[in-house]
Amino acid sequence: MTEPILKVDDLSVRIAGLHILQGVSFTVAPTGVTALLGRNGVGKTTTLRAIVGLTPRGGEVSGSASFGTVDTLRTPTHRLVRAGLGYVPEDRCVFAGLTVAENLRLAERPGAAPAYDRVFALFPELAKRAKQRAGTLSGGQQQMLAIGRVLLADNTLLLVDEPTKGLAPKVVTEVAEALEAVAEEVPVLLVEQNLAVVRRLARDAVVLAAGKVAWTGAASRLLGEPELTKALLGVGSAGVHA
Amino acid sequence: MSTFILLTLTGLGLAALYFLVASGLSLVFGLADVLNFAHGLFLSVGAYATWWAAGHLPGAGPTGFGFVLAAAFGVVAGAAVAALVELVLIRPLYSRTIEQVLVTVGLSLAGVALLQATWGADPRPFPRPEWTRGVTGIGGANIPNASLLLVLAAAAVLTLLLLFLRFTRVGLVIRAGVENREMVTALGIDVRKAFTLVFAIGGAAAALAGALGGVYLGSVSPAQGGSLLIFAFIVVVIGGMGSVVGSAYAAVAVGLLQQFVNYYGTAGLGDICVVALLAIVLLVRPQGIAGRAVTA
Amino acid sequence: MTQAVSAEAPPAATPPELAPPRRRLAAFAPLVVLVVAVLLPYSTLPLPGLFDGALNKPGNLQILAVCLVFGGLAASYDLLFGRTGLLSFGHALYFAAGVYGTDVLVTHAGFPLWQAAVFAVVGSTILAALLGAIALRTAGIAFAMVTLAFAQVGAILVARDFGGLTGGEEGLPLASDGLPDFLLGVANTVNLYWLALAYLAVVVLVVSRVAASPTGRVLAGLRDDERRVGVLGLDPYRYKLVAFTLAGGLAALGGVVYLLVVGGASPHVTSSELTLSLLVMVVLGGPGTRWGPVLGGILYMYLDHRLTSLSADLPGPLGQPLFVLGAIFILAVYFFPGGLASLRTRIAPLRAALKRSPTS
Repeated sequence: MTEPILKVDDLSVRIAGLHILQGVSFTVAPTGVTALLGRNGVGKTTTLRAIVGLTPRGGEVSGSASFGTVDTLRTPTHRLVRAGLGYVPEDRCVFAGLTVAENLRLAERPGAAPAYDRVFALFPELAKRAKQRAGTLSGGQQQMLAIGRVLLADNTLLLVDEPTKGLAPKVVTEVAEALEAVAEEVPVLLVEQNLAVVRRLARDAVVLAAGKVAWTGAASRLLGEPELTKALLGVGSAGVHA
Repeated sequence: MSTFILLTLTGLGLAALYFLVASGLSLVFGLADVLNFAHGLFLSVGAYATWWAAGHLPGAGPTGFGFVLAAAFGVVAGAAVAALVELVLIRPLYSRTIEQVLVTVGLSLAGVALLQATWGADPRPFPRPEWTRGVTGIGGANIPNASLLLVLAAAAVLTLLLLFLRFTRVGLVIRAGVENREMVTALGIDVRKAFTLVFAIGGAAAALAGALGGVYLGSVSPAQGGSLLIFAFIVVVIGGMGSVVGSAYAAVAVGLLQQFVNYYGTAGLGDICVVALLAIVLLVRPQGIAGRAVTA
Repeated sequence: MTQAVSAEAPPAATPPELAPPRRRLAAFAPLVVLVVAVLLPYSTLPLPGLFDGALNKPGNLQILAVCLVFGGLAASYDLLFGRTGLLSFGHALYFAAGVYGTDVLVTHAGFPLWQAAVFAVVGSTILAALLGAIALRTAGIAFAMVTLAFAQVGAILVARDFGGLTGGEEGLPLASDGLPDFLLGVANTVNLYWLALAYLAVVVLVVSRVAASPTGRVLAGLRDDERRVGVLGLDPYRYKLVAFTLAGGLAALGGVVYLLVVGGASPHVTSSELTLSLLVMVVLGGPGTRWGPVLGGILYMYLDHRLTSLSADLPGPLGQPLFVLGAIFILAVYFFPGGLASLRTRIAPLRAALKRSPTS
């Protein structure tokens, strides 16, 4: 077993008096995709946001999350990102009033050459629409921009939150293909509801329930046993093969 | 007709003053979520620093190039005080909005009192360069040059601000930060550095308003900033917080409305109409005319 | 979730019979203070350094009355700021509406005092409801700016003296013909003092009753996290409007009492500085507590008065009372976030430690 790239230990988050995470511990392997799964509202997004240091104001975070030698819970977000922790948030969060080119330019880092080749090879659409305002892009294009923006720099780990949420089936496939290509170079911690996408991408799976880790293991095993899938994720196997 | 032109141009002069104060206020609010009650203090600092420099700074004087130098000194002083306030008082309290408001309130009280203690509560005569005392005939109306100066200065500041926001990297960070500050940090950018800069820019614009407002009114007093600040707040809310262009539109609307109604109605009625305008805008479009975007 | 909201109920809700003896005594403390305050005018005790001459001199009683009015006014403001989390910068408007409304009705329209007071308070409360309905369409900082703008209209109306009603900069002395005898003359200053004390007691009672009621718990929920209240299916807007209107009405009542105590209206009661100083009082005292804002208000007005009379001798900026208050305020925000009311909780562990040490 190789050393994990991210080690979350006893992570707890309280927001406005609600105990959303209660001692979550798991690791992310240095290659491939680790899926973070669970029903709605179990704290998947809260986990990612806590790791990257974006817990909402007034929230209390405890525990630790080691990313290399850095404890991410005690490091400002912008430093983590510069240290190679890429974050693609839920709902894409592109800057709607800025153009595609400006969204990308914002992600350039001083002192490092931006990898526009890599981004445009993966998402040729972005090069064509450089002058368009990001707010007028379709959902799929916005997602590509959100991923492309992060890939402009070199990352050692990507946190990706529900990249296929609200997208048309054809676009879901496109985004999944792109992520598959990305994951060949960089390990990914992926929050995803679409189990077909999970089946395609993920090697490991971590399942959260009621603010705690309920199951960890191989993604293929989780999705291969309908009873287990249903018990942990509340969906039948039909959803798995969609 | 000439009255109309006169009222329009003096109204625009007033609008220019509001814009200079409101643009910084709006940017600071849009980016950093800080309601800065001390913004009026930056204006007073600019006015007093200009006034002081005109009398004491070597090379500066009350008229001609000397005055330009004095005003530049005032603007630098305003920017420096604003940056200092951000670094020392506001920064330790980020993400604690109420405490920040409280500190700026305390600062505005203490700052005005400090000016009063140093130079007295009574208005002091302000240096008025030769040209600004004259009038220019436009369409049969004699427009005070001081009004024209204000309009030109505000137009220049607006242009510079827009160019800065559109074409520089920091401008890009500011525009993005007004939209979603969190995402800017998630791209590896230390957005707090931009906060200091925005404070300094706002302080400089307010200080310029102080210097030119002093020329326009012919005097300077410690409480001047505070009374202007309320109308600047109204402009910011009407224009949409975080929007420079919105502030410009709103400033023009407020300045003209005030000038015309105060002339044709009773004095003071214009001020009340402005607040009525605010109420209407809030009922129809609570997010202000430009919403929450920095350029559009 | 319901649990989380009800957890915000003030600790004072413990029934006295269940509380330990010390707590039971503490429950009577306000009553004792009230009795002392009521009897205060019978004291001829000189307090050198604090007051000039005997305590019950009319001049001193008037200062105390002003302090008490502001104690109550600060408590009414705290209903918005400390209890509901609404940062209003226009509270002075409703206070001023009480002052000027009553004054104009008595002095210009010749109404008897009680009628004028009722009209002014009811009118101001309606005004608060109307303006609150508009201002509450915004939230947070925008709300602060909008309430400030509305209050500014009041200041302009008073300063411009439309129709010669308000006396403009000069202010409007209260005509004495409409007033009952027991409120007239220097000898009756003591009655004004008791009136101010009664006002303070009414405000404290109303605010603490509201805070302990189910409505008060919703308001506390709004202050802590508005979304949570929305999730419970309650309409935050309505509750905020109730708080805004009630606070406005209480401020107007305070305006009536203030008018009687100082014998006239002056434009400074309409100024935004007045609201700012209310904010200072509440923050210095301790927002969201029963006695903090009251103490803050009384202390602020006392300091304001003393510093003004002392400051002539102090050098430089220290001679400016506002400089001193502003500086104290900034320091308080950094080093003293809970206000005076937090002193007790801060001292408690210390006291406990001291008590323990002799036995060990």
